[in-house]
Amino acid sequence: MRKVAIYGKGGIGKSTTTQNTVGGLVEMGRNVMVVGCDPKADSTRLLLGGLAQKSVLDTLREEGEDVELDDIRLKGFKTSWCVESGGPEPGVGCAGRGIITSINMLESLGAYEEEQNLDYVFYDVLGDVVCGGFAMPIRDGKAEEIYIVCSGEMMAMYAANNICKGILKYATSGKVRLGGLICNSRNVDNEKEMIAELARKIGTQMIYFVPRDNDVQRAEINRKTVIEWKPDAPQADHYRNLARAIDENKMFVIPKPLEIEELEKLLLDYGLLEVA
Amino acid sequence: MLHHTPDEISERHALKVNPAKTCQPIGAMYAALGVHGCLPHSHGSQGCCSYHRSHLTRHYKEPVMASTSSFTEGASVFGGGPNLRQSLKTIFQVYNPDIVAVHTTCLSETIGDDLPSIIKSAVEDKTVPEGKHVIHCNTPSYVGSHVTGYSNMAAGIVKCLCEKDETESKRINVIPGFTDPSDMRKIKGMLKEMKADFIMFPDTSGVLDTPQTAEYKMYPDGGAKISDIMRAGGSSLSLCLGKWSSEAAGVELEKKCSVPFRVLDLPIGVLATDRFVEAVSQELGLPVPKSIRDERGKLVDMLTDYQQYLYKKKVAIFGDPDTVIPMTEFLLSAGMMPKHIITGTPGKAFEKRIDSMMKEHGHDYEYNCSNSADLFYLHQLIKKEPVDLLIGNTYGKYIAAEENIPFVRFGFPILDRVGHSHFPKAGYMGGMHFISGVINTLLDKMDRETPEDMTMELVA
Repeated sequence: MRKVAIYGKGGIGKSTTTQNTVGGLVEMGRNVMVVGCDPKADSTRLLLGGLAQKSVLDTLREEGEDVELDDIRLKGFKTSWCVESGGPEPGVGCAGRGIITSINMLESLGAYEEEQNLDYVFYDVLGDVVCGGFAMPIRDGKAEEIYIVCSGEMMAMYAANNICKGILKYATSGKVRLGGLICNSRNVDNEKEMIAELARKIGTQMIYFVPRDNDVQRAEINRKTVIEWKPDAPQADHYRNLARAIDENKMFVIPKPLEIEELEKLLLDYGLLEVA
Repeated sequence: MLHHTPDEISERHALKVNPAKTCQPIGAMYAALGVHGCLPHSHGSQGCCSYHRSHLTRHYKEPVMASTSSFTEGASVFGGGPNLRQSLKTIFQVYNPDIVAVHTTCLSETIGDDLPSIIKSAVEDKTVPEGKHVIHCNTPSYVGSHVTGYSNMAAGIVKCLCEKDETESKRINVIPGFTDPSDMRKIKGMLKEMKADFIMFPDTSGVLDTPQTAEYKMYPDGGAKISDIMRAGGSSLSLCLGKWSSEAAGVELEKKCSVPFRVLDLPIGVLATDRFVEAVSQELGLPVPKSIRDERGKLVDMLTDYQQYLYKKKVAIFGDPDTVIPMTEFLLSAGMMPKHIITGTPGKAFEKRIDSMMKEHGHDYEYNCSNSADLFYLHQLIKKEPVDLLIGNTYGKYIAAEENIPFVRFGFPILDRVGHSHFPKAGYMGGMHFISGVINTLLDKMDRETPEDMTMELVA
């Protein structure tokens, strides 16, 4: 079983990219479990056709500690399983602890056991690795490959670089490796080249460049992945390609995060100066 | 003190009053002390460690050594990694234990410190000297109870130390539940009498019941040896004495070293001790020696001789599931009527087990049984349906005083009496010791309350 975590700046499209990619993987016949690690609990909406999921933490709160796997895991699109960790409402509590609790609970309930026949687990993690809880999915024995979703926007690249620092910390003592950057295009100038160069500098690859297409939004409004909503759309093929690239990926590295000056220089070289 | 407990039981959701449990790390610290040459280490702020040490000392009447990561504001913001590394450095320089058993606290759990990776790096850069061990477990107190903490550390010991061994040896592992050193000593004693080949861990006998020798030993002679624990992976069976406190360690041993396990009750009372002795005898093909059969006979004799004082006496009992379950069964064997049976530790299996036990004994009277309960609720139950005897830890004495009920101390913690570290309740002899305490306490009350103009019976 391959254990994958998706990180990236807030709003970059992690959940959308994860679910559409999982759509591609299940189409290839893979068994995939998606674990949403975001208090908003919207990481599985497209696979489930709506926000139908009761989160692990809500279940825990309402039912006490006697929870069963079927209480928190729902069958999604094709051969996908969906779990939402959930968490506190904005401004209260500790979302990081929520993730630790949920993942521990999934483990103790046997969600990762061999008899579940999973090919993949995807952790869709909120925002940066801001505290110990958000790093839970990359602790030793949890996710082993990380993909960072980013775009050519400066803050997204900053965030990607920052996440690499988090991975570095855990990679030296465990098995977690960076599998690549997924560029979710924002139509920034030279975006593809710039992210490819950023990836090279960090020591990884740009595993796929997902072009911007409004079909993604249309599918979202219909609460579906693009592959399910319009299988013959060009964007569906892009997600299929991304899924295949991940499925065939062999390049797993310990990242070398950049110094801030180096990162800014990259932006100047590839982006801002030429436009100005 | 408890004059104001209302008779009327009202529904409560969030509030616990006088809980019948305590923190996870207390159990973890206790289990760690059952390894020879081990220094328990509390990864959190100093207050946690101080409380856990003093609570254990008050119960066992022995010094309890433990170190702490001494979190400050900085550690809570930046993570406790550097504190743990510094702690390990100091510990091995100054206190030089063979092994350090790290458990977490609520704070380090909430900030999400990843113990395995911190410890691994400390091992790699030789902060942990060669030949020394650092084991760990997670003990967030907002889950379970002190029993869960004991269970987590017992499982942690297996995870970090036991090694797979393919050679077939007819030997059993005994993982006792959370109980006193006297009981662990008694369990070992029975195994030795049977000439069993066994490895027992954790084993706090010889650690928390030590003699006064005028010489201080930071690491007393007792405790399971690390080399023995490592060999446990080559045994033919693990006996987990207590579902709540030692099943997890058995599961872990099966997973890691393919040693099958059986979950039994702690050998408290006639039947549970029978099952333990039978299991050992069966697995190792050993006869039950006369000395053990004689002890059993003496216990049965005592129960028979004093049946008139025990029969149909109503009892309220509270404590940890792994001790309360076999004790309830013992009370049933003694002809008594357990009426209110309470544990503070969560787990619906508690009620299920008690229910099936009642059925096995053919009882159809009404009784109350609940997990995650507190002493306030127990007091209310007793007010509603009075009992002849209360059995539980020190905290029961306020209820006993308020309701004028004879009270026999049992379980953890016993802070206000002495003897439990040395006189077991496990095994047939332990059963005799316990039940004689029950009988004498009941008789004391009878004598005390017999009107002066009536002759007190001289022979009971």
